[in-house]
Amino acid sequence: MIRLFLRDLALGVRAGGGFGLGLAFFLILVVLVPFGVGPEPQFLSRIAPGILWVGALLACLLSLDRIFQLDFEDGSLDLLAVAPVPLEGVTAAKALAHWVTTGLPLVLIAPLLGVLLNLPGPAYSYMILSLAIGTPALSFIGAFGAALTVGLKRGGLLLSLLVLPLYVPTLIFGAETVRRGAEGLPVGTPLAMLAGISLAVVALLPFAAAAALRINLR
Amino acid sequence: MSIWEYANPKRFMQVSGALLPWLVGLTLLTLIVGLVWGFFFTGDDYRQGSTVKIIYLHVPAALMAINAWMMMLAASLIWLVRRHHVSALAARAAAPIGLTMTLIALATGAIWGQPMWGTWWAWDPRLTSFLILFLFYLGYIALWEAIETPDTAADLTSVLCIVGSVFAVLSRYAVNFWNQGLHQGASLSLDKEENVSDVFFFPLLVCIAGFVLLFVTLVFLRTRTEIRQRRLDALEARERLA
Repeated sequence: MIRLFLRDLALGVRAGGGFGLGLAFFLILVVLVPFGVGPEPQFLSRIAPGILWVGALLACLLSLDRIFQLDFEDGSLDLLAVAPVPLEGVTAAKALAHWVTTGLPLVLIAPLLGVLLNLPGPAYSYMILSLAIGTPALSFIGAFGAALTVGLKRGGLLLSLLVLPLYVPTLIFGAETVRRGAEGLPVGTPLAMLAGISLAVVALLPFAAAAALRINLR
Repeated sequence: MSIWEYANPKRFMQVSGALLPWLVGLTLLTLIVGLVWGFFFTGDDYRQGSTVKIIYLHVPAALMAINAWMMMLAASLIWLVRRHHVSALAARAAAPIGLTMTLIALATGAIWGQPMWGTWWAWDPRLTSFLILFLFYLGYIALWEAIETPDTAADLTSVLCIVGSVFAVLSRYAVNFWNQGLHQGASLSLDKEENVSDVFFFPLLVCIAGFVLLFVTLVFLRTRTEIRQRRLDALEARERLA
């Protein structure tokens, strides 16, 4: 599993892996928002938590189909399916690699983009914290969606239609944490809910994703 | 004699074919009685005027929108456990009906909300979770359409239905947390205090019965169509081989 994780990591980082593409998308989205809604600092700082979270979510979505598609096409997924490692472990390792290559950079760059959007001072720590807790859930839910659509030729659009509704709870609690942090309210409840969703998703969805993969590889 | 006998497509076709005229008649009867009673023989509410009557469409449609998903969940589980094709096809048949019910509930709600709340749409928890349910239906149907191998499609949509159910419930509670609502509480709980008054209650019950029957009828009809479609595909495949 560790080998597989490192392999996916290497594939993701090297050229053609799409690494950085998500980041660039995130950056562009954040740059575009002020053009769309106007540059007033107060207004921007009010919507900044939501924009950053929605941006992270979309950037994450962008690279989801890469989790299984390439391996499915060149046949290595079939080999992984018959390997001694259980398929649940394979999906978990791949989702984790996806998180490290897209989620983690997003977490690290978010404060920088927060400056652009005039994010209020106390919100920064909560922004990083909530993204760090929430983005693994995005990757694991996405891995499930990718496993469902892996056999399809044009699965990209369908993938987003399937995955985005599943992202709703994560987004609500994540953005709520930052919003409350920005206004100086207690953040314990949404943060705990976010962590709960993340843990449950990381624990359970690899099984669903593996089931979907087995069906697709039949 | 067990209930699984009806999982045999042939048995299902026989029984559903025999039941269908009765179901259609009963559906029409209850719907006409309920709606006519509701629309013409109950008074206007003293504050809402005659807009209150939209309840006879709104509440049953919303109820069936949720119950249709529940039925799909049950059918998906039966398919995954016992591999009865009729079950998978019934789940497939129910999805567009559920989608339509969701749409009816949203549309009637908007039409009622415009004069009453002064807005077509509010980001109220109930409204929002219905919109999310709508998206779930869309995704489910799109996945069915996208996959060519029937059994693979049935398996994958079943998995999606199960995971989606968990997330739908989760979303319901998440949006509750996210925004306070405009929508009134339960209108049909067993706790009498909360209910709508009896004048509206009894025609509403008839309408709900009508919508349940309508749903069952439509699912039967559509499942029969799906089975016939399957048979047709099988025939065509056989001819191509011959």
